Amino acid sequence: MSANGTDGFVVFDKVQKSYDGESLVVKDLNLSVAKGEFLTMLGPSGSGKTTCLMMLAGFETATNGEIMLDGRPINSIPPHKRGIGMVFQNYALFPHMSVGENLSFPLEVRGMGKSVREQKIKRALDMVQMGAFASRRPAQLSGGQQQRIALARALVFEPEVVLMDEPLGALDKQLREHMQFEITRLAHDLGITTVYVTHDQTEALTMSDNVAVFDDGRIQQLAPPDKLYEEPENSFVAQFIGENNTLDGRIKEIRGEHCVVELDNGEMIDARPVNVTKAGERTRVSIRPERVESNPERLHPDAHLIKAEVVEFIYMGDVFRTRLKVAGNENFIMKSRNAPDQVRHKPGSTIEIGWLPKDCRALDMPS
Amino acid sequence: MVQADAGAMPPSTTTTTAPKEKLTTSDGRSLKTALRQAERRRRIAAFLLVAPLLFFILTFFVFPIAQMMWRSVDNPQVVRALPNTLEALSGWDGRDLPPEEVFAALHADFVADSERPRREQAMGPLGVRLNYELSAARGAISRTARQAPNFEAPFRDAFTDAHRLWGDPALWRVIQREGRALTSAYYVAALDRQFDEFGNIELRDENRRIYISLFIRTILLSVAITFLTFLLGFPIAYYLSILPMRYANLLMICVLLPFWTSLLVRTSAWIVLLQQQGVINSTLVGLGIIGDDSRLSMIYNMTGTIVAMTHILLPFMVLPLYSVMRTIPPSYMRAAKSLGATPSTAFRRVYFPQTLPGIGAGGVLVFIISIGYYITPALVGGQSGRMISNEIARHMQQSLNWGLAAALGTMLLVGVLVLYWLYNRLVGADSLKLG
Ligand SMILES: Nc1ncnc2c1ncn2[C@@H]1O[C@H](COP(=O)(O)OP(=O)(O)O)[C@@H](O)[C@H]1O
Ligand SMILES: [Mg+2]
Repeated sequence: MSANGTDGFVVFDKVQKSYDGESLVVKDLNLSVAKGEFLTMLGPSGSGKTTCLMMLAGFETATNGEIMLDGRPINSIPPHKRGIGMVFQNYALFPHMSVGENLSFPLEVRGMGKSVREQKIKRALDMVQMGAFASRRPAQLSGGQQQRIALARALVFEPEVVLMDEPLGALDKQLREHMQFEITRLAHDLGITTVYVTHDQTEALTMSDNVAVFDDGRIQQLAPPDKLYEEPENSFVAQFIGENNTLDGRIKEIRGEHCVVELDNGEMIDARPVNVTKAGERTRVSIRPERVESNPERLHPDAHLIKAEVVEFIYMGDVFRTRLKVAGNENFIMKSRNAPDQVRHKPGSTIEIGWLPKDCRALDMPS
Repeated sequence: MVQADAGAMPPSTTTTTAPKEKLTTSDGRSLKTALRQAERRRRIAAFLLVAPLLFFILTFFVFPIAQMMWRSVDNPQVVRALPNTLEALSGWDGRDLPPEEVFAALHADFVADSERPRREQAMGPLGVRLNYELSAARGAISRTARQAPNFEAPFRDAFTDAHRLWGDPALWRVIQREGRALTSAYYVAALDRQFDEFGNIELRDENRRIYISLFIRTILLSVAITFLTFLLGFPIAYYLSILPMRYANLLMICVLLPFWTSLLVRTSAWIVLLQQQGVINSTLVGLGIIGDDSRLSMIYNMTGTIVAMTHILLPFMVLPLYSVMRTIPPSYMRAAKSLGATPSTAFRRVYFPQTLPGIGAGGVLVFIISIGYYITPALVGGQSGRMISNEIARHMQQSLNWGLAAALGTMLLVGVLVLYWLYNRLVGADSLKLG
């Protein structure tokens, strides 16, 4: 799997981009995607994801830095010579052509003969289970069907890299989940290198080999989904991915993989230092709600215990969601599985909760 | 175009089968009656809203056009002036001069007419009418009208003495032919044709054919102007459509300026620019591109008409094109390029076809407007830049041959409708995008 090397199939090397010459939309982007990898760019709207994709596709030029495809710099290659397939957010199916003609287009401009074209079109349509729709116009298709055709069109000329910019944004939830599955299956079956853009973290986590979290024109963290969720490297990632409890405090002391944090109300807890370096530094401690435990028997002997006041108990079927007041934070959430021996805490009662020091990550204090 | 998530989902298969008994509202009326009563008020309200415009269009558009078409076939003059003559003439073979009874009847008609009050006398209009078919007929009628009450038998000699035309069977043939309430003579004339002595329709002499070549010239000029507005308008519209809104609006004002400038200001500007001593010629001479003695004539001829009309009609091309182009998202071109098309292929195969509704609308608008354009060719067209409308205007204002003007106008109208019908058949009028 790719790290930040320069040996990947798609490489961004110190890429910067400015539209107006005053501010940088992309600041120092370094990214390497291995052949066959499914990489997702995840980030809030306006964080520069589309801009990166457009630079890769050739519709925007990098203000500085180098983008490489299969070892060759492509900054000066025009879009139509890059051979990169692309799925657009609004699908961009040509409305004056039938589905078959849409798929035929990339093959025609490559000068392929009629029989080869027909064969490839059929294969691509069958791949997305739309074989019966070749003669329809795009406007006669539902959103999900258009989505499939857009996918087939981006794949029909067998590109080595496919880019997708929020391709599922316009679909309803059920269809979106189905298409997430289909897209990953196709990408893996065909062994295509995929760069996928989304602002939906569930989508990113379920589909990707690697996720690059974007914010403020930088990659905040690049990691496989599980690592991203369980070991966020800074406060932004911890906050952006999944649900997250935070407690603010100051580093008391650091010893290797351990540190002691003095919370703002004076209480001491153990944590794992992630991007804090020295005692005295302000820190924000992050704990996932499902790693918080109130049953002492389930807790590890190492676990640190702290007092909490129950504010609200919400029964959600498979899980219980208990809102607690911990060290002055009234929105501290504990998620517990609905097991036979699980206690349902009464609002107003005071309980003891705990977690493993390694699940409690001392991160930077966002400014 | 919006890619609506609509349309072709298969229709729901479970249509509810309603019970066939008669439904009633809670106060016992049948549901159908209740619905109709409720709908009637809405329909009346809708009608009242459109009634003023409907009335206006009927009075000032439909009625005058019907009137015009009627005039192109209406032929009351001979019937009113010469009822007895026509009756006596009914058995005439059309070869030799008619017999004495016919001249006696003619005398009776003249006498009857001279006894009518002055404003109801029919001989004046008769002279005008016959003159369209046979020059000098007007003089014959008016001279005879003064003398006829005093004629004595034999009338045949009296009439032929009064004016030699009465002895010409051609005049009698015209009277016989036009002695009907409806005539095709105006259309025959408008098609550069005439009746020969046996009543057959034949082409006019070469030097008297005007209208067909004028129609053809009008169509060719309109096609040229439409094509030029397209050539000039397409890039402008494209540029406008990719500009940010505020710059686009500013530039749009420049395109619309001809609309807002007084016709006279525009005309004098063209004259200043295009005349032989004008800006363009002087510049070209000054630069040594043409000699002083070979200055180009660009006004009061076909060039003047084309330049001026292209200028005026440009907005009619730009506006529909612009409104279509604005709705074409840039992602189509990007998609085409990402699929491997060169920029020119992407433009030709993806962008251009999507502008066709705008081109169609602009083209139809400009063509139809220019085919009936009058004022600009009249001002800067000279002889070779004249169009059919100028000829229509001449017949209405100078020769006062309203019948012929009406025939030419009707042919123009029918021609435009036929072209529109053809366009609709070939392209489909519902694909027009007018804004
Ligand atoms: N064509 C453009 N011209 C100027 N600014 C742009 C353009 N495209 C995007 N931007 C700006 O760049 C920033 C990043 O945009 P974008 O890459 O679209 O973000 P994302 O796709 O992550 O939502 C935004 O602040 C946006 O306003
Ligand atoms: Mg975006």
